[in-house]
Amino acid sequence: MRGTRPDLASRQTGEFEAPADAHRPVYEIERLSKVYPRNELRALDDVNLVLGRGEFASVIGSSGCGKSTLLKVMAGLIPPTSGRVVLEQRPVMGPRADIGMMFQQATLLPWKTTLENVVLPIEVRRGRAAARDATARARELLELVGLGEATDVYPGELSGGMAQRAAICRMLITDPAVLLLDEPFSALDELTRDFMNMEFQRICMERHATAFLVTHSIPEAVILSDRIYVMQANPGHIADVVDIGLPRPRTLDMINTARFGEIVSHIRTKLDREGFL
Amino acid sequence: MPTADTLRASPGAGDTVWVERDPLIDRIPRPIAISMLVFGVIGLWWLVTGLAIVSPIILPSPAETGADLVFVGDNLRSGGYVLDAFITTTLTVIYAFLIAVGLGFFLGTLVGETKFGERAVMPLLVAIDTMPKVAFAPLFIAWLGFGISSKVALAAFIATFPIVVSTAAGLYAATENERFLFKSMGASRLQTLVRLKLPTGLPYFFTGLKIAAVGVMAGAITGEFLGGGKGVGALIRVSASQLDTPRVFSLIIYLSFLGLAMFMFVVWIQRTFVFWNKPDKVGGVG
Repeated sequence: MRGTRPDLASRQTGEFEAPADAHRPVYEIERLSKVYPRNELRALDDVNLVLGRGEFASVIGSSGCGKSTLLKVMAGLIPPTSGRVVLEQRPVMGPRADIGMMFQQATLLPWKTTLENVVLPIEVRRGRAAARDATARARELLELVGLGEATDVYPGELSGGMAQRAAICRMLITDPAVLLLDEPFSALDELTRDFMNMEFQRICMERHATAFLVTHSIPEAVILSDRIYVMQANPGHIADVVDIGLPRPRTLDMINTARFGEIVSHIRTKLDREGFL
Repeated sequence: MPTADTLRASPGAGDTVWVERDPLIDRIPRPIAISMLVFGVIGLWWLVTGLAIVSPIILPSPAETGADLVFVGDNLRSGGYVLDAFITTTLTVIYAFLIAVGLGFFLGTLVGETKFGERAVMPLLVAIDTMPKVAFAPLFIAWLGFGISSKVALAAFIATFPIVVSTAAGLYAATENERFLFKSMGASRLQTLVRLKLPTGLPYFFTGLKIAAVGVMAGAITGEFLGGGKGVGALIRVSASQLDTPRVFSLIIYLSFLGLAMFMFVVWIQRTFVFWNKPDKVGGVG
């Protein structure tokens, strides 16, 4: 099945035109704070960020710096303590159909086929009939990520990379305004991870997707992002914002350039030391 | 296109080839292993009774037991009183199992899904489970009489708890990310329960069912021992009081087939419904 995936090299050289409303703010966060009352832990303190349409931003930080909390607040999974969280001019007051999420594990349901897993968000929100109507689109998406042959296979037969590609399709099926990614490829091996990063860049560029990635891999953040938010802990706050000037589409060769190395080492100096000890 | 010949590697000059072999005990094929054990046990049994080490009232010889197995088998086939007893016990076991599954599933869902169940129901269930449940038999007989219902009640009482525990454990089995996924899709609590937690918990649920399948057998026979009636348990007690030990043995052996049938039925259902999760292969019986 792996042999049938599309030739990436030829696709990445294609032209990508920016849409007319490029860089219009999609996601806005102002003065966001989150305090867990149980242990009075200040997980997030005065976080401000704006995601423009088609932008790819990452947040990087050591374990416990609050980056997962930030993502959960953005996904509407937990409420903020104070501040404004606004997606597409509407405040985020809970889970929404226009938010797509991906986790470290593919979290595919083992009793459903790949195709059934991809249409699951539609099945849950709008019922089985709507899910059936969405199968054609699901097939297109699976084709897009090179899983066209695996539509009727159960997840137990998919490799880790294939499962995450199916999870990408499940995230995209509702056409979300923003993609929230919680270390989506960190459970994959190094080679698969590099491949998935390039694959993901291609998908995002084709769809002009607005994406927000949480990661603890500096090279991964740099190769994918237009902007990186560096977070520090106690309380969780944004310590630095780094704009990545590298041209798109990015290639894995860029990792070896001097500019890439400079960015990586700059970010490394900004990260909390204690998280790595 | 490689041919079969080119694929077959054969050692050549200078190769450092060595053979890895499992120890003998790991190389015995299953049919032979089972036969060895069965014949070994029967042989030992023969020896013990043949040399008159123990009295035949305590342990009858394999031949006596075999003869009685044939006699009881004939009675079963011809529709005699042993068949009646087996029908009674089988019905008791089936009713008790169904009640235990229903009640256990309901209480298990209450415990696993609601904080109320976890905080209030579970501690009480644990308190009840630590009591020797057989001691409740006289109560069930007093409440429900000497008929089948008091045995059904005791058997169901014994078998319910493992299903409660396994159902509740199964509902906790969905990972945090899976629950976040369902939350992010805007799934209702009922949707999350039915489409995520219950299917995820099915392998756990079936483990409870297997324990319960064995438990209802024990409960039904105990009930028949203590409360009389028409079941196999009563038959065993009568035979034992007449010192008819071969009969006791053959009845127990036929009972074990009933227990095995229950167990295999649950395994079969599990294989059918939980196709994505291969059951633990302990001796290949799930």
